[in-house]
Amino acid sequence: MKTITIDPITRLEGHGKISIFLDAQGDVANAYLQIPELRGFERFSQGRRAEDMPQITSRICGVCPVAHHFAATKALDDAFNVDPPSAAKKLRELMYCGYIIYDHILHFYYLGGPDFVVGPNAPPAQRNILGVIEKAGLEIGKEVIKHRAYGQKITGILGGKATHPVCGLPGGVSKGLNKDEVKDIETMTKSCVEFAKFSLKLFDDIVLKNKDYLDIILSDPYTLKTYNMGLVDKDNKVNFYEGMIRVTDQKGKEHIKFDVKDYYKIVAEHVEEWSYIKFTYLKDIGWKGFKDGKDSGIYRVGPLGRLNAAEGMATLLADKEYKRFYETLGGKAVNSTLAFHWARLIELLYATERATELIKDPEITSTKIRNPVGEPGEGFGVVEAARGTLIHHYKLDKNGLIDKANLIVATTNNAGAINMSIRDAAKGIIKKGKVNDGLLNMVEMAFRAYDPCFACATHTLPGGMPLEVNIYDKNKKLYKSVKRNI
Amino acid sequence: MTKEKKEIGKNKKLQLAFYWAASCGGCEIAVLDIDEKILDVVAAADILFWPVAMDFKYKDVEAMKDNHIDVCFFNGAIRTSEQEYMAKLLRKKSKVLVAFGSCAVNGGIPGLANIANREEVFNVVYLDNPSTDNPKKVTPKVSVKVKEGTLTLPEFYDTVKSLNQVVDVDYYLPGCPPTPDLIMTAVGAIVENKLPPKGSVIGPLKSVCDECRFEKSEKKITKIKRIYEVDKIEDKCLLEQGIICMGPATRGGCDARCLDANMPCTGCGGPTPNSLDQGAKMISALASILGIESEEKMSDEEVEKLINQVVDPVGTFYKYGLPTAIINRRVMK
Repeated sequence: MKTITIDPITRLEGHGKISIFLDAQGDVANAYLQIPELRGFERFSQGRRAEDMPQITSRICGVCPVAHHFAATKALDDAFNVDPPSAAKKLRELMYCGYIIYDHILHFYYLGGPDFVVGPNAPPAQRNILGVIEKAGLEIGKEVIKHRAYGQKITGILGGKATHPVCGLPGGVSKGLNKDEVKDIETMTKSCVEFAKFSLKLFDDIVLKNKDYLDIILSDPYTLKTYNMGLVDKDNKVNFYEGMIRVTDQKGKEHIKFDVKDYYKIVAEHVEEWSYIKFTYLKDIGWKGFKDGKDSGIYRVGPLGRLNAAEGMATLLADKEYKRFYETLGGKAVNSTLAFHWARLIELLYATERATELIKDPEITSTKIRNPVGEPGEGFGVVEAARGTLIHHYKLDKNGLIDKANLIVATTNNAGAINMSIRDAAKGIIKKGKVNDGLLNMVEMAFRAYDPCFACATHTLPGGMPLEVNIYDKNKKLYKSVKRNI
Repeated sequence: MTKEKKEIGKNKKLQLAFYWAASCGGCEIAVLDIDEKILDVVAAADILFWPVAMDFKYKDVEAMKDNHIDVCFFNGAIRTSEQEYMAKLLRKKSKVLVAFGSCAVNGGIPGLANIANREEVFNVVYLDNPSTDNPKKVTPKVSVKVKEGTLTLPEFYDTVKSLNQVVDVDYYLPGCPPTPDLIMTAVGAIVENKLPPKGSVIGPLKSVCDECRFEKSEKKITKIKRIYEVDKIEDKCLLEQGIICMGPATRGGCDARCLDANMPCTGCGGPTPNSLDQGAKMISALASILGIESEEKMSDEEVEKLINQVVDPVGTFYKYGLPTAIINRRVMK
């Protein structure tokens, strides 16, 4: 049997490695995405001071530290049995919006978007942020850099620092906002709303008006009919910071809605010997291997998962875009993996609108930002990381030290689906042993859509993501090697 | 190594490289946080490889001549066999190797795993865990036969190491992550070929206290408080409010940003200059503020009671530096 190895692709807490096996006819028998790294946070969190968890767990991911910071802080609210004052919740949510703004901009313009903006068939060396700047113009490139920085700055003002913030405490936050800071943030959020609108228009002009792109989006290798998961508010609208976890089926119908306290009754993690990452699935359906459809418990999270798991967006402009999204792509649920990119921009618009609402809220300058804590116990926290549902679960001892910690991170929730998307993309392009450069790009686009927490994935700056496919014959002799960007 | 080989970027654009080992990606984001200045860096230097950013294959690096890379910025600790291999390879191929960020410099937060070993980590992650369904007790293996062939994974070591415990390191850039200012200082020194003596830490000689907005008086305390026990954090030195703040034992360069948010320093800048062990220095500072230095007046019991208020010494004093501490791991049977 022939083996194709792509190593390294890039990282999810380390880079990934893809192995594709061909059968006797030269068609794809199977494909594996391996995650070659583990750090063991759940073990070394044991014995730590509970209040350190927001800062310890943020180091799981430097791209989405705010998500871990607040999943941890909310688990501590719960563990210490304290409800933060309303102003503290608003400050946390505002900071969260800042994070979504920078993270979604990072992904769309630096990582995933170049495939579309510059074009899937453009030379790989141009498919990066500099290529985007070249195509869209330096002025726009500078706007991209400026607004990503705005997201970071908003987060930094509220969090002490943006990468690895410090403000989260059980029962509230350590820092409020003064009038000058409010003014600064207001200027930035206003500009971010316009930038989000511009980004959607750019997507419209470059992608949606191009039939070739639409065909790729809607093509079979990029379609996966899984369940979808996301946090929703009381009206079933997308919410990043709080709410119930809602799961919908392949047709967009509610399958289950649950509180994070019940997560381990609803979700389970499967272990494979060939990867350090675990694979989550819905317990009631069960683990049926790497399959999609109604009878497999695999689900998707992240921008597309969230939009599918909800019934709209809670802000005006984003909700309009939400409706247009489903009208254009043929109703619920949208199962096209590449629609993640569009969904991401709709969420960017929501985050900018929501940030604008919050900064205008008179309570945002309140100094009542903490409530006293109760006795330590068990706590659960959930937020929507940019890449999907993130759950922290702690058991504290009587001294407020961590006895046990369990974490289900966003990319774990997508691990099963990413594996399948890569396999399907490979199957779609490799026929009878014929491999060409297209494979590299197809495979790359399949996993990049998820924005897997490759702690910032691929081609941030000059150059595209390197890929190499080696095909070995039955005697394990190198038969063919396809390289790109090397 | 001849002098010529060591000369950086002569007659051509600088050849830079970035690599990440056991880390979170925050160091990569820190590089992006130099914002539009990144365009200047790209103008002055070729970035040879950067796993998040561009092409990167092991065998391309292997094929390079020794010292081909002018400066390699290496972030992350060494946790797996693959990371160790890359550290050694990049050392060979780089004229200058910079340990970038707390993990590479001192082991960082992933270094806290030295309180355990592989077996304990695997137990918690894959076996004894409320959401993991694993009746066959499967754990990842270095080599696995699947139906279609064999798949391999790097080995997960028992012990986390800092970069200089694996290879020779030329410069250190501390912080979790390093601030954009420190990064630009380092890049500036490289571009102008004004690097300090080998072994230097690129950062100020001051402690975080020297950069802190709060005044320190000579006030003593008798009780150590958990931060959530303090109803209102006042605008004064946190240590004097009973909150453990690593400022006195930690190198500055961060503008004491955590203190600006009313939160204590947790030590990410690593030890202050001329201090061997960050935790030891902090324990000494704490002993002084608790009045233990006048301990002849205190009974052993009284001293013990004071000390017992530090509920998690490892996580408090060595949060970012257990692998490089004098006592650097738990002894496992």
